[in-house]
Amino acid sequence: MSIAMRDAFGAKLAELGNTHPELVVLDADVSSSTKSAIFGKAFPNRFFNCGVAEANMVDVAAGLATCGYHPVVNAFAIFLALKGTDQIRNVLCYNHLPVVVAGAYGGLSDSFDGASHQSITDIAIMRAMPNMEVIVPADSRQAEQALEYALAQSGPVYIRLNRNAMPELPESPDFAQRKVITLRTGTCVTIAANGITTSMAMKAAETLAAEGIDAEVLTIPFVKPLDGAGLAASVRKTGKLLTIEEHTVVGGFGSACTEALAREQLSYRYDAVGIEDCFTETGAYDALLAAYGLSADAIAQRVRNLCR
Amino acid sequence: MELDTLVQSLLDKKRNSPLSARELAVLAAAFRLTMFDVLHDRGTGHWGGASSAAELTTALYFNRMQVNPNDPHWDDRDRFILSKGHASMNLYTILANRGYFPVEDLPGFRKLGSHLQGHPSMKKTPGVDMSTGALGHGLSIGVGMALAARLSGKKFWTYVLSGEGCLNEGQTWEAMMMGAKYRPERLVMMIDFNKVQLDGTMNDIMPLDSLVDKFKAFGWNVAPRAFNGHDTQDILESFTWMDSDGAWPKAVVYDTIKGKGVSFMEGKSAWHGAPIDDKSFAEGRPQLVADLERKEAAL
Ligand SMILES: Cc1ncc(C[n+]2csc(CCOP(=O)(O)OP(=O)(O)O)c2C)c(N)n1
Repeated sequence: MSIAMRDAFGAKLAELGNTHPELVVLDADVSSSTKSAIFGKAFPNRFFNCGVAEANMVDVAAGLATCGYHPVVNAFAIFLALKGTDQIRNVLCYNHLPVVVAGAYGGLSDSFDGASHQSITDIAIMRAMPNMEVIVPADSRQAEQALEYALAQSGPVYIRLNRNAMPELPESPDFAQRKVITLRTGTCVTIAANGITTSMAMKAAETLAAEGIDAEVLTIPFVKPLDGAGLAASVRKTGKLLTIEEHTVVGGFGSACTEALAREQLSYRYDAVGIEDCFTETGAYDALLAAYGLSADAIAQRVRNLCR
Repeated sequence: MELDTLVQSLLDKKRNSPLSARELAVLAAAFRLTMFDVLHDRGTGHWGGASSAAELTTALYFNRMQVNPNDPHWDDRDRFILSKGHASMNLYTILANRGYFPVEDLPGFRKLGSHLQGHPSMKKTPGVDMSTGALGHGLSIGVGMALAARLSGKKFWTYVLSGEGCLNEGQTWEAMMMGAKYRPERLVMMIDFNKVQLDGTMNDIMPLDSLVDKFKAFGWNVAPRAFNGHDTQDILESFTWMDSDGAWPKAVVYDTIKGKGVSFMEGKSAWHGAPIDDKSFAEGRPQLVADLERKEAAL
């Protein structure tokens, strides 16, 4: 297990504060949860706690961005995506402003707080906005890389973060290339995993290998821009695709993949793992994920069905 | 788009010094006429709120703001955010005459391919410091700009112009709280208080009295009286108040009249965004011409 993604992200923010004088950080009264407080402690003059007012926070960041600063706004993913939508769309994206929107507690990772806090529509919302890039890191190291990448951009980037600790994946030195990252090569089926579902996909692939199903596992942190060519190359080879995301199956990562492949004129067998267009609930994180089909076992079963 | 020679001489004079109250009054009247002409010609756009702010934006850009039309992105320039972005025709008329782009561009307002979008776009129109159109954003963005000035040790001013309808948006009140928390210097909220919104009067749609008390309760330094937003001398007095000592951020309420200058359009929500038809144009225009001539004669 790595350190929790939020801890890694907060520490990285503070570290980058030293080398990036233009970096300013804003939070909406959840800095002890998002861990942006670590930056706040190190750089009190460049940290703004805006209170529980996400919309205002996003636009304050926009104002700072027009004057040479590179703000990172932090709040729970669900509240940024829903209460800051107009500000993100009409101000950050329309004007292509360099602001990093860091959505904490993405997916079901605020598991005990229940459906009101679980962010299952943020990717669909963010990827629909012109000029926005959308990154969903798969582990703590990728979260750090996502932040480094985002601070090197001249426009808005949404980073969808997770609250918790998760298994560490092999490091991807080419992260900033925005490409599909192949973690396991295979011939029978392509498993394209988004975010923390990647480690489940890897575990499922091991189980399946013992049964003679040779799965290729891709982790795809960049939902937008999506490396359609990289995905197509794998699916052309295997002829089967399973997408996995910690998000509704409507409009998110799986949709982005199938939209891209449709343009490649590929024909392939397909299935999608994600929240099936319903609201989720309270519970311990792993058990909750499993209850909604997000576990290595459930993924292995979906692959078996696909390969049948 | 032809301005008379007197107006042209004022524009030329402005290159060297701020204009006086009477000179500003002439320019505002001329600009209002331009707005009326273009809005009629194009058959689209918002007359009521553009007209109500004519003196305010003229005074800002021709008397007060430190800007450089040859270098619209000059780091130290004063910033202006038209939070009531539907008054775009007003801002475009001001910016063109201030020298950011040719006045010949104005008839392209809202045409496909024009840089003069329906609502202001900072990516398309030189001199626009922030894109607006969705109401309620301006003050938050202004707080961000003013905080940036503080962080970077710059002395530029940030002016936000809002209508009272714009203030209906809850985000404005979030920004007021944040402004009172950080108290950024040289941030001024100017309210074009014409008391008419899109659907009807403020009192019918969303009563806001007392606006001054509300800003005070939110911890802002509010000008002790409302100024007359159509009297350029009074506007200059409000500028003097902005320069006086006192806590930041500051807010100023200007009493204005929506659709000012055309008697049968004044104070009427119907003229918020209705196209100016030929008959209303023919009846209204002479009033604006007469006002301009009156102000020229008083120079
Ligand atoms: C968020 C949002 N909601 C609705 C509108 C439509 N709209 C445009 S102007 C307006 C009324 C504005 O009133 P006010 O701010 O007082 O403007 P003024 O009277 O000065 O023109 C409305 C509701 C909008 N532009 N943005």
